[in-house]
Amino acid sequence: MSEIFNRLWPDYDPGRFFCELSAKRPDAGPVPRLLAERLERIGLADLRARADAAQNDLIDLGITFTVYSDATAIDRILPFDCIPRVLTAPEWDLLERACKQRVAALNAFLGDIYGKGRVVKDGVIPGDLVYKNSNYRPEMQDFPVPHGTYAHICGIDIIRDEAGDFRVLEDNARTPSGVSYVIENRHLMLRTFPDLMAGIKLRPVDDYGRRLRAAMAEVAPPGGGDDPQVVLLSPGIYNSAYFEHVFLAREMGVPLVVGADLVVEDDRVFMRTTSGLKPVHTIYRRLNDDFLDPQVFRPDSMLGVPGLIGAWRAGNVAIANAVGTGVADDKAVYAYMPRIIKYYLGEEPLIQNVDTHICREAEGLKYTLDNLDRLVTKPVGESGGYGITIGPRASKEELEASRAAILADPGNWISQPMIGLSVGPTLAEEGIGPRHLDLRPFIVTGRESWVLPGGLSRVAMKRGSLIVNSSQGGGSKDTWVLAESFATAGGAA
Amino acid sequence: MSANMRDAGLLARDAEGLFWMARYLERVENMARLIDVTQSFESPGFETDAWWGLIRINADEARFKERGFSADAAHIKRFYLLDIGNPTSVPASLEDARTNARTLRPLISTEMWRQINVFQRFVSRIGAADLEGDALSRLCTRLKDGVQAHTGITEGTLYRDQGWYFYELGRLVERADQTTRMLDIKYTALLPRGGGEEKRMAELTQWHAVLRAAAVYHAFKRRARAIFSAEDVVHFLLRDSSSPRSVLLCVRRIELHLDDLRRYYGLAATGPLEQVEMLRQFLLEKPISHILATGLHEYLDLVQIQLQNLAGAIGRAFFRDWRPEPAAPQAQAQTMA
Repeated sequence: MSEIFNRLWPDYDPGRFFCELSAKRPDAGPVPRLLAERLERIGLADLRARADAAQNDLIDLGITFTVYSDATAIDRILPFDCIPRVLTAPEWDLLERACKQRVAALNAFLGDIYGKGRVVKDGVIPGDLVYKNSNYRPEMQDFPVPHGTYAHICGIDIIRDEAGDFRVLEDNARTPSGVSYVIENRHLMLRTFPDLMAGIKLRPVDDYGRRLRAAMAEVAPPGGGDDPQVVLLSPGIYNSAYFEHVFLAREMGVPLVVGADLVVEDDRVFMRTTSGLKPVHTIYRRLNDDFLDPQVFRPDSMLGVPGLIGAWRAGNVAIANAVGTGVADDKAVYAYMPRIIKYYLGEEPLIQNVDTHICREAEGLKYTLDNLDRLVTKPVGESGGYGITIGPRASKEELEASRAAILADPGNWISQPMIGLSVGPTLAEEGIGPRHLDLRPFIVTGRESWVLPGGLSRVAMKRGSLIVNSSQGGGSKDTWVLAESFATAGGAA
Repeated sequence: MSANMRDAGLLARDAEGLFWMARYLERVENMARLIDVTQSFESPGFETDAWWGLIRINADEARFKERGFSADAAHIKRFYLLDIGNPTSVPASLEDARTNARTLRPLISTEMWRQINVFQRFVSRIGAADLEGDALSRLCTRLKDGVQAHTGITEGTLYRDQGWYFYELGRLVERADQTTRMLDIKYTALLPRGGGEEKRMAELTQWHAVLRAAAVYHAFKRRARAIFSAEDVVHFLLRDSSSPRSVLLCVRRIELHLDDLRRYYGLAATGPLEQVEMLRQFLLEKPISHILATGLHEYLDLVQIQLQNLAGAIGRAFFRDWRPEPAAPQAQAQTMA
């Protein structure tokens, strides 16, 4: 396989990283070669022209997210790369099972810590990581949820290391975003690059809205009958993910509401319509816990619904995701996920975490301090990259500062090796060049879990950059899950 | 309705959004029409008088001063075509329309959203050069084209449930109001000097301009007698039952829509229905000759006030439930929560 790539793209060099297109994968069959040949036939100039047209399309359609800086709000598109990321059928099979396993463990964990707390009593995870976690919500204690589902919508960030092995980087069990891009990217590819896709059988991505609505109906209280009223609760048009809220409301065929549209009377939730109050049974909320109900959480929240938590406790409304799921996806708990999976499911994780050393444990602390210059150290309480020291890129002084910080409060630190994220060929300034990627599959859970085939492939558009976040210039690619397995065909076509 | 379909209902907030999105877009089209006709009222040496009429019929005197403009033709054009800080300007109206469209994206078609989005971008890029000389008329044409493209796309793609009715109500209320302003501009325009045949011809030209602005010039010609009077034109714009911009036609359609909302969607429309009936009777009550004799401007003022009352009644009946504070009755702009 790689000879073909050498011939077509002599300058393309993924270096030591796993390449999602040119690496030898017999089960990918003829698809990588077909793709490369078709890209070559289209040619760089035409690729660029079509990519530009596609981006303009996104602007015209307002498929944007909003970046706020100081006083200005700018609508930006998520840069779209037209060279898809290909997952083979067996790879997807593994990813799908691993995602379901992970979500099952997350939900079991949440049910347990908001119930009897066996996982703490049995010493699997230190109690303070759970009960002193800022995302732990005592309001949830001893209120079981339908089907034991807390995290109805989950996004799990998965990367691929130099050896091509998948690793879980992060769980997102609060209000993960990005799924709209998965579907819009596919539509964009179908419009703009039909010749790239012709004849390649892919798993479809169109079922997400139906599945999501079905899951929302499954968790609705009995008062909703067989067609419960589902709504999507958004903070409104100024939220950076508003486009996605619109997208999901449309795909589900349910009203997009803001806090002011809802009212609680006698522990029941209603929406204000032109003909008066109409009952609401399930709320898919894209609003953080803090803002949901000013009577219970932040009293200054104008975005939420006074009395909502009371209605929930009375069993009259379902809230998805449930309140308090943030305790399960934080960095401190992440480190314990392999043990949590084993504890509840009696299974090894199908996809491992990135190796994580827990400094509150003597062994982890010693390893971390001995290898500071080779490790990435992270404080567990922070998000958004704050307080991180990247050992191989840090100065001597920075390493010493990091050592002092860890020694001062070992319980607040974890460390991980530097990971060489896989790359995919990407349309770049220099032509087609390797760019680092990750993958966020989306899992919808009502009575049981369903995984959207593929997921969001985020790509760092800058050469050498490992930062795929959209807020920092990352883009995305269409993610192809091959419907056919070529494992026995040996790649012949 | 098939047994398998559900009544989706309509959020009060979305009903209000549709009403106002339509109003703001209709306002843009009419502003372009008014500017076009004002330009044709310009006579060399008296440009400012003609343009000041635009400020007067929109009751924008105070705001115009506040925004720091001086009373000349160039500034008045800027005030309406460039000044986003002026809520009655074209870019401000379009920005408001787009903000509403944004809240309505789950309901409106992708095509509608795309067109408003692209149109708003065009309008936000209007520059001073577009207001000069012959460019201005071309700009007005593009503005009208933009709104008409919106109207056509809406006609062909907006799902006709109760949301469509609220969209139509907003458009019709605004259109009726704007037609009264179009008539008013003739009366605030400089009366032609001289006398006899010369004066009569000059007035005729002005009436033609008003009819053209209201897009009914040819229809009027087909219907009018060879020698027509001001009375005929006023009748045509106020009471013609076929002209799409006549006040009466708009009011009758509002009445039909309210009745449909009551009948087919079970909405409590009594308040607005009473208002619209009053307005219809008011429009038909007196002979036009009487109106002209007692003061057309004053009469148009009363029609505008009644239209505002009607909009207020629609708001109280259908939108207010989600917002405890009723809007001030004279409010001509949406109060965003």
